[in-house]
Amino acid sequence: MKFTIMINEGPYQHQSSDSALQFARAVLAQGHEIFRVFFYHDGVNNGSRLSVPPADDRLLQKEWSELSKEHDLDLVLCIAAAQRRGIMDASEAERQGLDANNIIEGFHISGLGQLIEGGIQSDRTIVFGD
Amino acid sequence: MAMLHIVNKSPFEKVSFRSCLNHARAGDSILMIEDAAVGALDGTSFSDKLKTAMADKSVYVLGGDLTARGLSEDRMIDGVKAIDYAGFVDLTVENETTQSWL
Repeated sequence: MKFTIMINEGPYQHQSSDSALQFARAVLAQGHEIFRVFFYHDGVNNGSRLSVPPADDRLLQKEWSELSKEHDLDLVLCIAAAQRRGIMDASEAERQGLDANNIIEGFHISGLGQLIEGGIQSDRTIVFGD
Repeated sequence: MAMLHIVNKSPFEKVSFRSCLNHARAGDSILMIEDAAVGALDGTSFSDKLKTAMADKSVYVLGGDLTARGLSEDRMIDGVKAIDYAGFVDLTVENETTQSWL
């Protein structure tokens, strides 16, 4: 079965980013496919490369990035939500005339249409958030 | 067409769990995750409302989210089923649609 997962909450806001990551791992462990993971609102903070939590804390951004590498996941950040919160990839930073980018490997920035397409192409769309 | 209702807020803090119970139909499933896990406890001001819903709906709790809050499964309402993330995935497969009560 094909899944799209939507995440509306930041990595250290409450629990939903953790829940979504564990759900995604369970989906893959059962042999299902994840068509797309769409990060919206504060959820785009899951895509920052520059977060440095204390050494004994989990680094959700890296865990998503590694899961993406392992399973070739399509991790999409909403462009409007990302721009508001200062999450930039190289081309977006250049287009905005900024001096740096901070997106972590495995994520890319795109529009809400990607969420709608995910809903159409997947058998199930599961939403996590606050 | 059965629906899985995913609730993640405590019924003692927000009204989303009550809204869910008011909208869920016979044959639907309700899964408590995150702070909603406390709704699984028996002997609370909310437990009678959940018991009423259980007459024609299946009710589950993510066991890990219950124990993460220092609560054990033996305090749950009889008939609430504790599941893990694999069981969570199974519920999303078994139900044609899902609704997250954020």
